Amino acid sequence: MADITFTLNGERITLREEPNLRFLDVLREKLNHTGAKEGCGEGECGACAILLDGHIVNSCLLPLASVDGRDVVTIEGYRMTERYQMLEKAFIEEGAVQCGICTPGMMIAAESMLRENPDPTDEEIRHGLAGNLCRCTGYNMIIAAIRRAAKEGEGLW
Amino acid sequence: MRHIIPKTYREALEHLKSGSLHILAGGTDLMVQNRAWSETPVAFKKDTLYVYNLEELRYIEREGDMLHVGALASYDMLERHPDTPSALKRCIALLASPGLRRVATLAGNIGNASPAADGVLVLYALDARVVLDSADATREIPIEEAITGPGRTAFEDGEMIREIRIPLEDFDSERFKKVGGRKADAISKVSFLGAAAFDGDVIKDLRLALGAVNTTVVRRREIEAQYQGLTAADLKARSQEIREAYAPYVRPIDDQRSTATYRRQVALNLIEDYIHSL
Repeated sequence: MADITFTLNGERITLREEPNLRFLDVLREKLNHTGAKEGCGEGECGACAILLDGHIVNSCLLPLASVDGRDVVTIEGYRMTERYQMLEKAFIEEGAVQCGICTPGMMIAAESMLRENPDPTDEEIRHGLAGNLCRCTGYNMIIAAIRRAAKEGEGLW
Repeated sequence: MRHIIPKTYREALEHLKSGSLHILAGGTDLMVQNRAWSETPVAFKKDTLYVYNLEELRYIEREGDMLHVGALASYDMLERHPDTPSALKRCIALLASPGLRRVATLAGNIGNASPAADGVLVLYALDARVVLDSADATREIPIEEAITGPGRTAFEDGEMIREIRIPLEDFDSERFKKVGGRKADAISKVSFLGAAAFDGDVIKDLRLALGAVNTTVVRRREIEAQYQGLTAADLKARSQEIREAYAPYVRPIDDQRSTATYRRQVALNLIEDYIHSL
């Protein structure tokens, strides 16, 4: 057991848990944050994506120990933002959500990319989403949604 | 199993005296290799030292013509850093995915010693060296001496990587090729790095490295040396001979990613094709 302190969606918390727990399981099982999903469990699908210090990481490959002292934002926290609202609207309008399991990870990947590159080309969007799999949409609608969010949300990122 | 979270690098080195430990940096290899059932802790088979938060080792610094890459500098940091060699940047653009590049490190890839690690392939081609510390000693060894086989290194218990040193040199030609099942997040079936520097029309430096075709990355300095001093035209005329020179060292295996036959063919094609591009 170890005491691990971090910020989760703006709130500072300390957990006494096994440091070798996957952070994904800590979120889902200990903290009831079920937005991050387990797809592959090997870092290949991106369904478990979260923002660690503002940048996308795969929470299934992150031991709890590594989170100590860091800032974590999950989809539950991100959805309170104006940027999320813009992405959500664009995803709906472009039909970028079908079964939905990849969607939280796609949103996190989009946020991580847009905050560094607010006006991405399609190629740059594809590069930013390279670690996120979607088995429903064929990706084109997701890319269109992010393109739309970047355009209509100009100034947000 | 013990789980040790040191607060300082010095403390980490003291803990390493206690025997053979997993050293977990970004964790992108160790977490997969020791994966257990979902919702249960990762099943490490050794005591584990969690070093990801040792900020002392998270740096990239240029000193003259040498780049010092701290053990915890992530691929993402390397991708952004102005002094990172372009050959390494070409590789990083195709390495894993944004989320993995954020935490994964060159040092972790060296410690994991997979012959298919793309970043390590580049280190071979760039004559990188590895600085190892223990509680009471420091040594620096070339990358090809650091890795001795699949999953095997020359590191002693008690040692850990402090930094990687990469000489900064200019090449007139560079090519990185990764052959994988998917553009992102694929472990290479075969990977290749070619680099060449010319003096006028004459080749003064030629480097060829292949990944995932032997127990370690393949780089043969004696073959490269034979072709330095030739013109590009002479080199192209001898491409078949160069291909054959590498053939004995291209000894891949069949695994879930590819077959030995495919890998051998592709690896030698990549060499020949690069020579023709010069």
